[in-house]
Amino acid sequence: MAEIRNYTMNFGPQHPAAHGVLRLVLELDGEVVLRADPHIGLLHRATEKLAENKTYIQSVPYMDRLDYVSMMVNEHAYVMAIEKLLQVEVPIRAQYIRVMFDEITRILNHLLWIGAHALDVGAMTMFLYAFREREDLMDCYEAVSGARLHAAYYRPGGVYRDLPDTMPQYQPSKIHNQKQTRARNSNREGSLLDFIEDFTNRFPTYVDEYETLLTDNRIWKQRLVDIGIVSPERAKALGFTGPMLRGSGVEWDLRRKQPYEVYDRIDFDIPVGVNGDCYDRYLVRMEEFRQSNRIIKQCIDWLRINPGPVITDNHKIAPPSRVDMKQNMEEMIHHFKLFTEGFHVPPGETYAAVEHPKGEFGIYLVSNGANKPYRLKIRAPGFAHLAALDEMSRGHMISDVVAIIGTQDIVFGEIDR
Amino acid sequence: MHTTHLENLAESLRGALGDKLIGIQVRHGELTINVHAEDIFTASEMLRDDPILAFDTLIDLCGIDYLMYGDDLSEKNNFKSRRFAVIYHLLSVDRNHRLRIRVLAENNDFPVVDSVTDIWPVANWFEREAFDLYGVVFTGHPDLRRILTDYGFIGNPFRKDFPITGHVEMRYDAEQKRVIYQPVTIEPREITPLVIREENYGDCES
Repeated sequence: MAEIRNYTMNFGPQHPAAHGVLRLVLELDGEVVLRADPHIGLLHRATEKLAENKTYIQSVPYMDRLDYVSMMVNEHAYVMAIEKLLQVEVPIRAQYIRVMFDEITRILNHLLWIGAHALDVGAMTMFLYAFREREDLMDCYEAVSGARLHAAYYRPGGVYRDLPDTMPQYQPSKIHNQKQTRARNSNREGSLLDFIEDFTNRFPTYVDEYETLLTDNRIWKQRLVDIGIVSPERAKALGFTGPMLRGSGVEWDLRRKQPYEVYDRIDFDIPVGVNGDCYDRYLVRMEEFRQSNRIIKQCIDWLRINPGPVITDNHKIAPPSRVDMKQNMEEMIHHFKLFTEGFHVPPGETYAAVEHPKGEFGIYLVSNGANKPYRLKIRAPGFAHLAALDEMSRGHMISDVVAIIGTQDIVFGEIDR
Repeated sequence: MHTTHLENLAESLRGALGDKLIGIQVRHGELTINVHAEDIFTASEMLRDDPILAFDTLIDLCGIDYLMYGDDLSEKNNFKSRRFAVIYHLLSVDRNHRLRIRVLAENNDFPVVDSVTDIWPVANWFEREAFDLYGVVFTGHPDLRRILTDYGFIGNPFRKDFPITGHVEMRYDAEQKRVIYQPVTIEPREITPLVIREENYGDCES
């Protein structure tokens, strides 16, 4: 009789379902996974080491490149850590802007997740739908910061600038004539807030569309229900945070439990799962779409009626306005010092965490009083989640590994750092 | 977190850990304790199992190299001549509080700390990372391999004496028709110099 041996298979790093550069070494018994050994680090850029050699401000754009689908939330944790050590007050309007863009980013992240997850499992249409909505939100990013992806919009002490009063408009072209262009520009006539409000009014219908496609879909349920079950106790021991932990039925959300910025003034609900399988995590994230939409609406209402400064007036930390800089010697010196030497952070250590779309994203910052961080540790939620892939995929079929990678919402920018 | 809550937490920590606790500081609303390297496993077990503390999650674990931290600061923080430390960030989801533990490794040439993988399985990869980047060895770790650096990498890149350019670079060699490693050809350069100001410069209270 022929000898039956386990089969070791290499999955990735060049595989469409590997979400970038995941290399998995799978030990298989037939089609059943006995052991999964993720090899990471193929996208390692030593962000933490680079940050030790840059001034605080110069590292803000590096944060965008960590989890490159939720850029502004990464910046948020970083600037919060600096603000904590500097003990600088952030103007209330800047806090509302941050909360609004955190939630826009959450929708952006979840849209990419639902698109990629559904594509992995076999539903092509979701990807196209998700990117249609991402386009509008990318335009919000662009209007406010000038960049569609890597915004560098949050700065220590506030945000880079106030929300613009106009939206960029489409121009007529060979493909779109005057009349069509006018129709495309119809929701871009007003300010950025008008544009976002228009989006929040449309978005619940879109989420309904996604749910129609997936929630009761027989194939979708066959691929997700009872796959990768994690008990609440095990989820905590494995370091799960965010939707991964909530999917297991633990009501834990930093926005509610340890509120930062103005989340304590905002009304929203925390969805939790029951069984802790991939399907519950899917449902949790779908409900987060609706809750984020609700938070954005509240922020818009507040921002409309409350003008004010958006960055601290301490010019030792934030640059003065261009006009002041050109007319006033002292402001000139501040500007020069900030952009050559940067500001100094008092010695000490702190840990600042935000509720990232993927889980708890934290920055552990150690300063020795210099203009550069002494040590910057980035706590990426995906790192702990991917570490649990072995346990979650054990005993499942090889095709379920793809569903589990999808449910973990893996992005290599943050895992490899 | 409120100060009273932190004081209560500090009190329960003193009660639970006893003489294993060798230092306790509160800064910026965060609690930091110091523990000896040989005590970390038993201390962690107590922190997880104590019903009031109930630290059910290890949020983060990282290495740190205090080589260039500054003599005054090292003196103030009692680092003495010790260079490597492991920093644990614990979170209790049940009781909603956080804690930071600093464990200084005794030996600068061969830093060793006990592994906490058996208490929080999430520590597995974090310890591999600290081993990879700082060369801290975790005794009792089931699978201590490099994690982030390249296969066959030499050195511990996040140590303060490791140059940011690294030691080797990689290129394709047309003659040998394969990718080869060679010593780095770029010069290290500093774009913005590192400046440490005297105390209370610019009215920023430390």
